[in-house]
Amino acid sequence: MEKLQQYLHEALSQIDEANTLSQLDEVRVQFLGKKGLITELLKSLGKASSEERPILGEKINKTKQAVQDKIQAKQIKLKEKTLADELGKEAIDITLPGRGKSVGHLHPVTRAMQRIEDYFAQLGFDSVSGQEIETDYYNFDALNIPTHHPARAMHDTFYFDEKTLLRTHTSPVQIRYMLEHKPPLRMIAPGRVYRCDSDLTHTPMFHQVEGLLIDEHTTFADLKGILKNFMAYFFEEDLAIRFRPSYFPFTEPSAEADIACVKCHGKGCRICKNSGWLEVLGCGMVHPNVLKAGGIDPERYSGFAFGAGIDRLAMLRYEIDDLRVLFENDDRFLQQF
Amino acid sequence: MKFSEKWLREWTNPAISTTELVEQLTMAGLEVDSVEQVANSFNHVVVGHVIDIKPHPNADKLKVCRVDVGSEVLQIVCGANNVTQGVKVPAALCGAEISPDFKIKPSKLRGEDSFGMLCSAKELGLQEQSDGLLLLPNDAPTGKLLREYMQLDDVCIEVDLTPNRGDCLSIAGLAREVAVLNRSDYMPIQTSASPAVIDELIDIQLSAETACPHYVSLVINGVDLMTATPLWLTEKLRRSGIRSIDPIVDITNYVMLELGQPMHAFDKDKISGALTVRFAQQGERLTLLNMQEIQLTENDLVIADAQKVIALAGIMGGAETAVTSQTQNILLESAHFTPEVIAGRARYHGLSTDSSHRFERGVDMHLQQVAIERAQMLILQITGGQSGQINPVLLKENQPRQINLRHNRIARLLGVVLDKTEIEDILTRLGMILTPDEMGWQVTVPTNRFDISIEEDLIEELVRIYGYDRIEATTPMFTLSVQPQSERKITLRRFKQLLVDRDYHEIITYSFVAAKTQALITPNIEPCVLLNPISEELGVMRTSLWTGLLQTYLYNKNRQQQRLRLFESGLIFSQVGEEILQSPNLAGLISGDISPAQWGEPLRSVDFFDIKADVEAILALSGLHQKVSYLTAKHEALHPGQSAEIFYGDESIGLIGALHPSVAQKLTIKAPVFLFELNLTAIMPTELPKFATLSKYPLIRRDIALVVNAAVSAGDIQQCIAEVAGELLVDLQLFDVYQGKGILQGDKSLALGIYLQHHDRTLQDEEVNELIQRIVDALAQKFDAKLRE
Repeated sequence: MEKLQQYLHEALSQIDEANTLSQLDEVRVQFLGKKGLITELLKSLGKASSEERPILGEKINKTKQAVQDKIQAKQIKLKEKTLADELGKEAIDITLPGRGKSVGHLHPVTRAMQRIEDYFAQLGFDSVSGQEIETDYYNFDALNIPTHHPARAMHDTFYFDEKTLLRTHTSPVQIRYMLEHKPPLRMIAPGRVYRCDSDLTHTPMFHQVEGLLIDEHTTFADLKGILKNFMAYFFEEDLAIRFRPSYFPFTEPSAEADIACVKCHGKGCRICKNSGWLEVLGCGMVHPNVLKAGGIDPERYSGFAFGAGIDRLAMLRYEIDDLRVLFENDDRFLQQF
Repeated sequence: MKFSEKWLREWTNPAISTTELVEQLTMAGLEVDSVEQVANSFNHVVVGHVIDIKPHPNADKLKVCRVDVGSEVLQIVCGANNVTQGVKVPAALCGAEISPDFKIKPSKLRGEDSFGMLCSAKELGLQEQSDGLLLLPNDAPTGKLLREYMQLDDVCIEVDLTPNRGDCLSIAGLAREVAVLNRSDYMPIQTSASPAVIDELIDIQLSAETACPHYVSLVINGVDLMTATPLWLTEKLRRSGIRSIDPIVDITNYVMLELGQPMHAFDKDKISGALTVRFAQQGERLTLLNMQEIQLTENDLVIADAQKVIALAGIMGGAETAVTSQTQNILLESAHFTPEVIAGRARYHGLSTDSSHRFERGVDMHLQQVAIERAQMLILQITGGQSGQINPVLLKENQPRQINLRHNRIARLLGVVLDKTEIEDILTRLGMILTPDEMGWQVTVPTNRFDISIEEDLIEELVRIYGYDRIEATTPMFTLSVQPQSERKITLRRFKQLLVDRDYHEIITYSFVAAKTQALITPNIEPCVLLNPISEELGVMRTSLWTGLLQTYLYNKNRQQQRLRLFESGLIFSQVGEEILQSPNLAGLISGDISPAQWGEPLRSVDFFDIKADVEAILALSGLHQKVSYLTAKHEALHPGQSAEIFYGDESIGLIGALHPSVAQKLTIKAPVFLFELNLTAIMPTELPKFATLSKYPLIRRDIALVVNAAVSAGDIQQCIAEVAGELLVDLQLFDVYQGKGILQGDKSLALGIYLQHHDRTLQDEEVNELIQRIVDALAQKFDAKLRE
């Protein structure tokens, strides 16, 4: 039986040394195969006495089992290693960039416009776009700006003929909307407007958003509330806002609204020209003459209107310091939004 | 309106700082644009008296002056050419700081000692430009600090007045406003007519009653135009941004700034006979003070003498009757012209004057007499002369406006309830007269407030003084209602997002473009032409979005950007007879490589089918993808062999194609550029999806490879197959197009996958074979197509 111990010892050490599945199989054949050493021992059991046979048999079988288990365990290990080696060969540089197209960009003015639309949509405002070539009636007369009103001179209008022009503000949409809908009304009209003016801080085309709310009990206090919340929404910041008396022929009372400078928060900087304030919109209670032009009874209804420059809001929001880059459309500029 | 703070404070002097004053004006609706010091912050500059001048021994251009500076006499070398013996000039003493980096020290100039510097207006920050030394009046007290003598510790405040506040275009008006805001004393100047010493007047006829109901005039003889205007007066003018001209013009300007009444002085000796204020006759001409000759129309109000028109009323006087240095006798005019008559006339003639600016906004009818009395006094004081009697001609006095103000209306409009006493207090301070009635008040508005004509105007005045900031912001209450969002319409936002996700950059270009460039792209569409464009480059409205896209392409290409994918949306415009069409479009441009440079895959340039895929994606959003047809396009800007017009039914809804090489060449574009443009109105509507039950039976695929003449279009073949297969066809995929080895020249091979399925049963092999055979026969008959061996 020393042989059995010896075989076990040899088998275990050879299994340990086997590096491949075929080497391992050779070990198996050598000890457990049909003519294997351990198999031979089993075969020789017949020669043993009947008392010894069961004891010997058990011993040999245990040894055989031990060798088999060991081989199986080693087999799993070797298979795992082989797979790992194969996968290792397939490894790639996962830091290489992905292939295919990238994603494009919206123009910053569109981004700002969409924010504005989103705020007012939540309040139930309809968003409409009007025509850009207008008649002087909708652009001026219906808005309480008669032919020789000094306010007309301030608009620097582009004309096609005496009566046809490029709208100087989005306010004509107010009139058209009032004529087409019955109060109560809530609408905004974002879009392009045009003035014959071109320098560092003016482009002949720019974007405005007009807003209009008409109901039976709309007040100046409501106007302040809506616009204050709008600014807080747009800039995601509870900015101070102040309303100053101003003048627009189509509102009465009229106001201009300033917000605390988004950059310096009122301390004074280059952006706010050291005033701490940024003028962002004009607004007021709709003038009775305008309500009448829109077919609405000013005794029963009141309303407010406002107009804000979208380009300016976009510039403040995205810290764009030069108006003109907005319409140069340099690809490197567009990529930033 | 620009004014000196000190001048304002002569009229009302509230105990507030400059900063507070500026803030207060802005918050009352008189927006302050700028606040500037009236002079640099220099010190140790005194009134110097040049008592003696010697030429400089070593320099031709320099002079050696002995200057009395009060405490001593200093030798100062000076290079100015207007320095003469006896003049009084600003003298900066040693130790003076003219500016932070300019200190005066004893020095030697080309060998001569100099103990100070004689100064020009520019050096002291009084003017942008000056020629020579600032000459002070002869009675300036020698040795007095210049800052004190000229009252230079003052600021110019510029308010940007809205067109409704014509009443604030004067010191008197601004002071009234400041007094109301601060409840401070308002101290207007007192005037009275000087006694007449000559019995002379010019007869005035007012023949346009509503345009000019009040005309006050005055003859003064023997004025001396060579007199210098006093420094206090020119300084006030300067601080309001007005240059000194001659004493008469200076005085009329002064009175205009002080009281708000524009005035005019004629050279009386150049007037013949009586004056008439009337509308011009068509064809009359007038040469204005600025030597501009204008053609008058029946809308122009003029002043005419017995022979000719001598002034454009309320806007500018004529050159012929203008006051000159030789003038001895003058006729002074102080009139009321109504805003409606003056409005727009100055602009019509391309003029803009301080006078027209005020008359357009309204000049109080009660000012004319006061203003002429004030001017009379100043003229007699400054230029001397013999005054005649002031000659007022009044046809009709303006009645002050009366407006009903309802107490409850105030709260309804503002959202706050104002106390009755506070309302009465504010309006009374503003010069209104209130008579209580059952609803509130009847309010009489002062005649200088042209802007107040309805109840809302009064409410604005109230809240302006009450303070906009005192109104608490509220959230409006309204009936809960949601804007309907139709599922049958694709929004522009969705289309934009799709293009962005497909790697396009959105651009925004001007809606006006160069006519020349546009004519290359749409030569047969008549553009809307601007009468007054910014420049020729921005002269006509775009008829296609491609103009802006191509210009943006060029702009970026010139900045080394080769791969560009751009889109824009907006209106395009065209002139069709009398009518102007405006319609919303969506357009794109691609050029360069299909994707950014990348490893592992060869790059290729974009082609027609890349941009077509983008268009198909857009159309797929609105469910039009399978419904449109692409027909060969004939478009001037597109390559005739690589362009398509997109039709939905009979309606053309867009274009797609390669930029025409000859157009590209004219635009200096070398790389291939592909474009699309779609009519948004046509592609926005969409149908609601409707569910169709799914077939439980097997899907059968049969592939066929055809050889046809290369001119046969794949679209036609697909259409033919669809027609023959009918309802059984569930999908048709063109998966290969081949030309080359094995195919005759002039032919091409197309491979198509035909997917067939029956809704209610399994298709049998025989019927599928039979159908395919019918398809092949139809193709053979129609297109001479053969199955590829």
